[in-house]
Amino acid sequence: MSVAAFRRQRRIPRRHARGERDHARLPPHELFSVALQGLRTRKLRAALSALGIAIGIGAMVAVVGVSSSSQANLLATIDRLGTNLLTVSPGTTFFGAAEVLPDTAIAMIEHMRNVERVSGVYAVSNANVFRTPFVPAEQTGGIGVDATDTELVKAMNSSVASGHFFNAASENEPTVVLGAAAAQDLQIEKVTGHIQLFVGGTWFTVIGILNSMTLDTSLDDNVFIGLPAAERLFQVQPNPSEIYVRANVNDVSAVGSLLAPTADPQNADGVDVSQPSDVLEARAAAKGQFTTLLLGLGAVALLVGAIGIANIMVISVLERRGEIGLRRALGATRRHISSQFLAESALLAAIGGIFGLLFGAIATWVYSVGQNEPWVIPLYALIAAPAAGLVIGAVAGLYPAAKAARLSPTEALRAT
Amino acid sequence: MTAPDGGGMSRDSATANGLALELRDVVKEYPGGVRALRRVSVDIPTGDRVAVVGPSGSGKTTMLTILGTLERPTSGDVHVAGRDVVKASDSDLAGLRAYEIGFVFQGFHLQDSLTALDNVATGMLYTGAPLRERRAAAKVALDRVGLGHRTTHRPQELSGGEKQRVAIARAIAKNPKIILADEPTGNLDSKSGESVLELLHQLSSEGATLALITHDEQIAATFPRRVQMRDGEIVGDERQ
Repeated sequence: MSVAAFRRQRRIPRRHARGERDHARLPPHELFSVALQGLRTRKLRAALSALGIAIGIGAMVAVVGVSSSSQANLLATIDRLGTNLLTVSPGTTFFGAAEVLPDTAIAMIEHMRNVERVSGVYAVSNANVFRTPFVPAEQTGGIGVDATDTELVKAMNSSVASGHFFNAASENEPTVVLGAAAAQDLQIEKVTGHIQLFVGGTWFTVIGILNSMTLDTSLDDNVFIGLPAAERLFQVQPNPSEIYVRANVNDVSAVGSLLAPTADPQNADGVDVSQPSDVLEARAAAKGQFTTLLLGLGAVALLVGAIGIANIMVISVLERRGEIGLRRALGATRRHISSQFLAESALLAAIGGIFGLLFGAIATWVYSVGQNEPWVIPLYALIAAPAAGLVIGAVAGLYPAAKAARLSPTEALRAT
Repeated sequence: MTAPDGGGMSRDSATANGLALELRDVVKEYPGGVRALRRVSVDIPTGDRVAVVGPSGSGKTTMLTILGTLERPTSGDVHVAGRDVVKASDSDLAGLRAYEIGFVFQGFHLQDSLTALDNVATGMLYTGAPLRERRAAAKVALDRVGLGHRTTHRPQELSGGEKQRVAIARAIAKNPKIILADEPTGNLDSKSGESVLELLHQLSSEGATLALITHDEQIAATFPRRVQMRDGEIVGDERQ
């Protein structure tokens, strides 16, 4: 091959616009592969410093994921139980004395428009429940006795765990249905055979055990007897201590505002109306509040990871003075050098962010399976985790990159 | 595919006076008052082969870094391949190095994680040429230095002489106008040192300008022109 032909052949084509000729350039994809190559040369070190970021981001993703999962669970519960339940209860007078709801309250509410179901609970204050008559009278176990009608379970969107609830016949008889917690306290798991409880001096037959009434868990601690039976055996007055009202989903607030005057037209101020699903919604919101604190802790871990990356990059710049000098000799501008180190740092942290997302997602999954909750990672976390890594890495790399760019190429080349 | 040569105004002036490298009253001081160069003037025409010889501390490495545009002089004029180095921007000088200057160092400066081929291809990284083209040119360059059979080897699998040949291939793959070598045989045994030197002579005889610094008079003796330095000044400039 002639000299001229050789020269032509190995000439690097200069394909750029005339005015730009002979400018050093480093296209973004080349920058990326240079950065990647820099990391691959020091795999263990890269892995360890990325781990710092991964732990920080993993912790934050897990916190967000766990709280989203349990929030989702609560919201699902609220959806299932419905937000259209209203409760009506007697308030207190100006002087602190308890009001009494009139015995006509339930009938009045039942006649309201957009009311789908009404159920009342009546405190039976003069009766306690025992497994046998031999238990000392003061050992009530904290289990209350309430009288109720046949609608309670349906109104609460609850269900019967074992046996069945009252019907028109059994509510007249000395039969008892146990709330979930009360059944546990009494150590009755299932309605089998002929289980009897000693209620207010009379034997009652257990006919059912309820599942938890999530919208008003205080009911779980009680046992229930039918109102007719309670009136007959314990002279209970038909003044409800609590009325549960299912309103049409679209008219909840309208119904809510009319409930008090309907329940007690003479003394509407003595009636309290509330919406139990509010409590659950508040609890869901509270879960979100709690995460802020934990997120702060995750941020601290992330900061430590970022400092680790900055540290490793500073060391890397010192160690790689030879490479920096060489690159300058090969035509790299100061800007090329700084962007190389910046890209390495950002890439490192972004990889850490992706692994952190993975760790966090796995941690959330383990938690949600354990808690029997839905597995939820908020969508924004999928983007925010690697992006946060990228930004943190870029910031952590600023100083080392500037240091690398300032390095005198001559000095760098002498250091072999 | 090849763009016609020539271009900017300064390039034309260089072609006019035929100088590849030109130092005029160059002074280089380092912080702390060290005067590495005191009013050095030298002209190196295109295609010349020059050995810069002198004891350590005589300023020859400093001169090479200024010729290579890695540093700017404290005062004086420097023209490299027709470009005024003093006036040029950092980016202009980087472009000059990317296209026109090939460096060969005593310490090779190869990247251990890359194959010989990719080490050579890295020599053209900052021209912005695509990897495929850079690799093709790298293959040609490795053939030129007699390492066509070693393309996939990594530096740690090569002997010292072979490493320096890879480094030379990296310097020449982009077909630079100027080759600057700083003690390229300093880390080699005499036999591979000789063949590396021979290779440099051979490659530069094809038209590139070669400036090599050494403290070894025997190596200098193989050059048609020898510039002698002492205490930051040129004390001799002889041509065979």
